[in-house]
Amino acid sequence: MRLTQGTFSFLPDLTDAQISSQIEYCLQRGWAVSVEHTEDPHPRNTYWEMYGNPMFDLKDAAGIMREVDECRRTFPNRYIKVNAFDSTRGIESLRLSFIVARPQEEPGFELLREEGPGREVRYSMRSYATRRPEGHRY
Amino acid sequence: MKRIGNRTASDPAAERYRAGVLKYAQMGYWDSGYRPKDTDVLAMFRITPQEGVDANEAAAAVAGESSTATWTVVWTDRLTACDRYRAKAYKVEPVPGAPGQYFAYIAYDLDLFEPGSVANLTASIIGNVFGFKPLKALRLEDMRFPVAYVKTFAGPATGIIVERERLDKFGRPLLGATVKPKLGLSGKNYGRVVYEALQGGLDFTKDDENINSQPFMHWRDRFLNCMEAVNRAQAVSGEVKGHYLNVTAATMEDMYERAAFARDLGSVIVMIDLVIGYTAIQSMARWARKNDMILHLHRAGHGTYTRQKNHGVSFRVIAKWMRLAGVDHLHAGTIVGKLEGDPNTVQGFYNVLREPHNPVDLQRGIFFEQDWAGLGGIMPVASGGIHAGQMHQLLTYLGDDTVLQFGGGTIGHPMGISAGATANRVALEAMVLARNEGRDIWREGPAILSEAARHCTPLRAALDTWGEVTFDYASTDTPDFVPTPTAAA
Repeated sequence: MRLTQGTFSFLPDLTDAQISSQIEYCLQRGWAVSVEHTEDPHPRNTYWEMYGNPMFDLKDAAGIMREVDECRRTFPNRYIKVNAFDSTRGIESLRLSFIVARPQEEPGFELLREEGPGREVRYSMRSYATRRPEGHRY
Repeated sequence: MKRIGNRTASDPAAERYRAGVLKYAQMGYWDSGYRPKDTDVLAMFRITPQEGVDANEAAAAVAGESSTATWTVVWTDRLTACDRYRAKAYKVEPVPGAPGQYFAYIAYDLDLFEPGSVANLTASIIGNVFGFKPLKALRLEDMRFPVAYVKTFAGPATGIIVERERLDKFGRPLLGATVKPKLGLSGKNYGRVVYEALQGGLDFTKDDENINSQPFMHWRDRFLNCMEAVNRAQAVSGEVKGHYLNVTAATMEDMYERAAFARDLGSVIVMIDLVIGYTAIQSMARWARKNDMILHLHRAGHGTYTRQKNHGVSFRVIAKWMRLAGVDHLHAGTIVGKLEGDPNTVQGFYNVLREPHNPVDLQRGIFFEQDWAGLGGIMPVASGGIHAGQMHQLLTYLGDDTVLQFGGGTIGHPMGISAGATANRVALEAMVLARNEGRDIWREGPAILSEAARHCTPLRAALDTWGEVTFDYASTDTPDFVPTPTAAA
C-alpha cells in the first residue's frame, strides 16, 4: 500500500528540487518549517518524532534541505515529513505538511472489527509494522 | 384649549402620543442624524417602495416593523425607554442602476436581542416586514453584528483550523462527493459508492439533503454500511476519512438519536439540512461541540429566498447567521459549476465564512465591516457540476480552505468511481504543487493538468470526458457596485 497522508502523496515522490521549492513557498510566507519522522504511521498518530524544533530562524531553503537530508540519512527507512507552521492570529497551526521519504516497503494496516450488539461494529486500525518494537519496524 | 391629563395639547410629547396614525418617520424610526453606536446591530435592506411611497418613509416603516412599532400610536410606549428601543433608519440611498430601489441602513440597539439566539435575532429582522403592503419588495442585503453580540455565540462547533488538525490534512482544499443516485440505493449498494470514492482518494463522501430514512434504506442501515466503508477506506489509505451522515429528521429527539449512533460508530462528521430551522441548527451545533464532531450544513431550501435580487434574504446574511449558529461546513457556491454564482458575490460569501475580519467590500457585496471576535471559521463547500478539468479555476477563485465536491465528476467517471476519485485528487495535488512553485495556474492550468495526466490514466480519461464542459449562464445575484467604489457605512 501507499500511505497517502500529506499534501502531495498522490503525486510521484517529489524530487529534491520540488521539495526545495515547496519549502521556499513556505519561507516566503513567513512560516516556520520543521522535519518529523515516524515508524508509526497510524492516522491518529499526531505526534511524529521531531527532528529538532521548527526552524523559526532559518530562512534559507538550502539550509532546511540539509536538515531534511540529514534526517533521511539518519533514518533511511522511515516516514519523514516536512511541516510549515503559521503563527498568524486565528491560524496558529500547520499550513502545509507533506511526506518527503517513506520506507521501501509499506505493509499497511489491518482493520479490526469487534462485533457488538445488533449489527454494531467497533472498528480499529493497526499498522502491521507496529507489531514489532520501535527501531525494528521497517 | 383642550386638556389631556394635566398638560395642554401643545406639549410635544402629548402631541406625539395622541391616539391615531402617524407616519413611521414621524414616530421616530427615521433619523438622518443618527450615528450608529459600536454596540448597535446594523442591517441594510434593499427596498422597493410602492408608487408614491417616499423612500425615507418606507425605510422608517421597515425599521419600525422590525423593532417596536405597530400601525398606530400606542400610549404604552411611554412606559418604556422607547427612544432607545426604536430601530432607526439612518441612511437611504438609491441603488446604482436600479430605478425605484433604495438601500436603507437601519440601526438596532443591542438590548433588542436575546443573547446567543439566531431565532430571536431573525424573528425581529425578518419576522414581520417582508409582507408589508407599502413595499413592493424587500431584501435583506447585509448585517453587522457588534463584538459584544458575537461573543454571546459559541460559533462553529469545530472550526476550520481544528477540523484540519483532526483530519491531519493541510495545504490543500478537501475533496468530497455526494453519493448518487441520491435516492433509491439500498444500504449495501450505497456503502459501495462510499468505499470506492474514499479509497480512490477523496477525503469525504456525503449524503444528499433528502436522504433520511426511507423505505429503500432506513437510517441505521445507511449508517452501518457507510461506516464499514469509511473504516475500510481508512485502512487501505492510512488517512482519516469521513462520510457526512445526514441526521436530519422529524424531531430533535430523532436527530439526537441518529447523531449519537453516528458518534458511537466512530464517524468524524454528521450533517444537517438548513430546513430543520435555526433553533435546531444551534442545538445540533451545541451537540457537535460536546461530542467532538464536525457539523456539515447543507443549505437545502435557501434558493427560495436568496436568489432573486429584489426580494428575500441575501445568502451572505444566511452565511453570517450560520457562523453565529455554529456549523462547520456550509455550501456556498462554486462559481464555475451548474448552480447560481457570480464570482465576486460568491467570494464575498467565502470571506464572510472564513475570515477573522471582513472589511467593507462593495464589489463583493459586503456593505459592513465585521469583526468576528475570535469566532471560528466555517469551511465553505463547493458543490454542483464541477470536474477535474476546472481545478485551476476552482483553486484560484476559492483558495485552500474549502471542500470541493465532485459528485457526478467522481461517480460518472468512465473508468469507475475509484478512478474518478483518483483523477480529482491527482488534479488537485498537481495544481497546488504548481501554484506553490510560482506557476501562473490561471493561464497554465490546462497544461498542468495534462502533465499530471501523463502519470495518471484516470485523470486523462476525466479530462477527455469533461474537459470542455462549462455552465455559462448569467447570474441573477450579482453585485450592485463595479470596481473602485467608495465605502458606505
